Amino acid sequence: MEAAIDKPLDGPLFDGLADAERKALARCRHAVLGVERPLRLDCGVELGPYRVAYQTYGTLNADKSNAVLICHALTLDQFVAEEHPVTGKEGWWESLVGPGKVLDPARYFIICINVLGGCMGTTGPLAQDPAGQPWNLRFPVVTVADMVRAQAVLLDHLGIPDLFCVIGGSMGGMQVLEWAASYPARVFTAVPIACAARHSAQNIAFHEVGRQAIMADPEWKGGDYRQHDTVPARGLSVARMTAHITYLSEQALQRKFGRALQDRDALGFGFDADFQVESYLRHQGSTFVDRFDANSYLYITRAMDYFDLAAAHGGVLANAFKGTPTRFCLFSFTSDWLFPTRESREIVHALNAAAANVSFVEVESDKGHDAFLLDEPEMFRTLAGFLKGAAAVRGLKDVP
Amino acid sequence: MSVAAIRVDLQLIADMVDPATRALDVGCGDGSLLAYLVNFKRVDARGMELSQAGVNACVASGLSVIQGDADADLRDYPDDAFDYVILSQTLQATREPREVLRQMLRVGKRAIISFPNFAHWQVRLRLVFGGRMPETPSLPFKWYDTPNIHLCSIDDFRGLCRDMGVRIERAIVLDRNSKPISLPPLLANLLGEQAVFMLQRD
Repeated sequence: MEAAIDKPLDGPLFDGLADAERKALARCRHAVLGVERPLRLDCGVELGPYRVAYQTYGTLNADKSNAVLICHALTLDQFVAEEHPVTGKEGWWESLVGPGKVLDPARYFIICINVLGGCMGTTGPLAQDPAGQPWNLRFPVVTVADMVRAQAVLLDHLGIPDLFCVIGGSMGGMQVLEWAASYPARVFTAVPIACAARHSAQNIAFHEVGRQAIMADPEWKGGDYRQHDTVPARGLSVARMTAHITYLSEQALQRKFGRALQDRDALGFGFDADFQVESYLRHQGSTFVDRFDANSYLYITRAMDYFDLAAAHGGVLANAFKGTPTRFCLFSFTSDWLFPTRESREIVHALNAAAANVSFVEVESDKGHDAFLLDEPEMFRTLAGFLKGAAAVRGLKDVP
Repeated sequence: MSVAAIRVDLQLIADMVDPATRALDVGCGDGSLLAYLVNFKRVDARGMELSQAGVNACVASGLSVIQGDADADLRDYPDDAFDYVILSQTLQATREPREVLRQMLRVGKRAIISFPNFAHWQVRLRLVFGGRMPETPSLPFKWYDTPNIHLCSIDDFRGLCRDMGVRIERAIVLDRNSKPISLPPLLANLLGEQAVFMLQRD
């Protein structure tokens, strides 16, 4: 798909870019924000100026009513529907976004923004502080609400008053909920997929294992690995391996690998990757290291851990949605044990308590949490119907 | 979506709903009543349905529907959230019909309820002379697999409304072809195969 690119990458905010960031920024749009008004973060720090890297597909219509914001998950980025500049793989949501797909750029102006704290061009721990020193672990801890604030500033900058749809899965779904709670008048429809209104103890626990793995890697150097010319590859790789297990279902793992052996006929009586599942996880871990920054992983997992929408609204989730004009459509997957259906149901209960307009679809799938990224016809069919109904109410033309 | 013809009893319910109001259809099935209310009466209509397959079909046709059931999920909604809460052919399958009715009239300003009449003459005949649990067009189940655990007659329902201090705004009795019939109460309880009531808090 045709990509829009903003050039050039000059000014102090572009000093010391990592290779991956440079490749990403060369292939997407970006804006420098917070020059006059810094972003006030939940932790109290004022951040500014900061870079925001984003990608767009399609064209904003004359009455600016067709904008769709896609919020990406933990380790994904703005390259939704095109070849990834670092990995060379296809866009992570090409099943949903593209010509003839549910989110067709011929109809919608689709935006995806690399989150604050990320490592694909938006300011995060990889960036430099105002004194020109690498932030590393001195970068302020950001929250999902901070990510959404930065996105709202970008939309102001782009002159987009409101969004026809805000959609995302996993951490993307958390951002969708935050958008609906913080900017209800700017969100016509909200589609949180496979997510929760707060991160569970179990999910925090898994994230903590990942972070400890990174920080236990001697190459991590207290977060200053770039200055030491090292990469905490083993730590980040283990973090990814652990997380990857949580994205799949037991059934999917069993079906895919069972106890099949890797490149051998018999057990090796050692600790090489005897089993295919081991080899697969090691591969997942090592390829992740090539595209993702370890400190960024620490910051973004922390943001998810801190997410608790009810706590931010007096302990009552329904208060987050009081009087909301937004039309909601939630999705969950039967085999997702990271964000199980009951978590979505809790959000539905809260939305009902706020008398909000809400639909909720649980999709039968044995693919676990990752199902939201895969070809799930039931999800596409119901989502298309939901969007069509909403488009009719909004007076959007050309939605089939 | 196809809304040209909806079931006669659903049409009767739809006719009771004022245009441009808010309605919740509990047990909305395939969403045909919802679609009618949305498309022909500009109603802000929402649905609740027990079967996830039913929910997905409704959402795919652009309707706002969640999975849920009358017994458990009405209590989430705030007071007066809707102008109408509709329960068609489902009351007899609820665990606590009285509580469901109370919740409907808390959440909605009005409740519209349709149910099969267990005192219909066919039902009586089958039980009295046939000596078997009745199976009729509106009660098509075997005794061992029926979802209907709280069947009542039209008079029973009137009695419950009286006990609860609920005002009956309208009561329509339908014959076996779902055509409204006008009869004195005693005969209605014998000849009506089903009934549609519109209730209001007093």
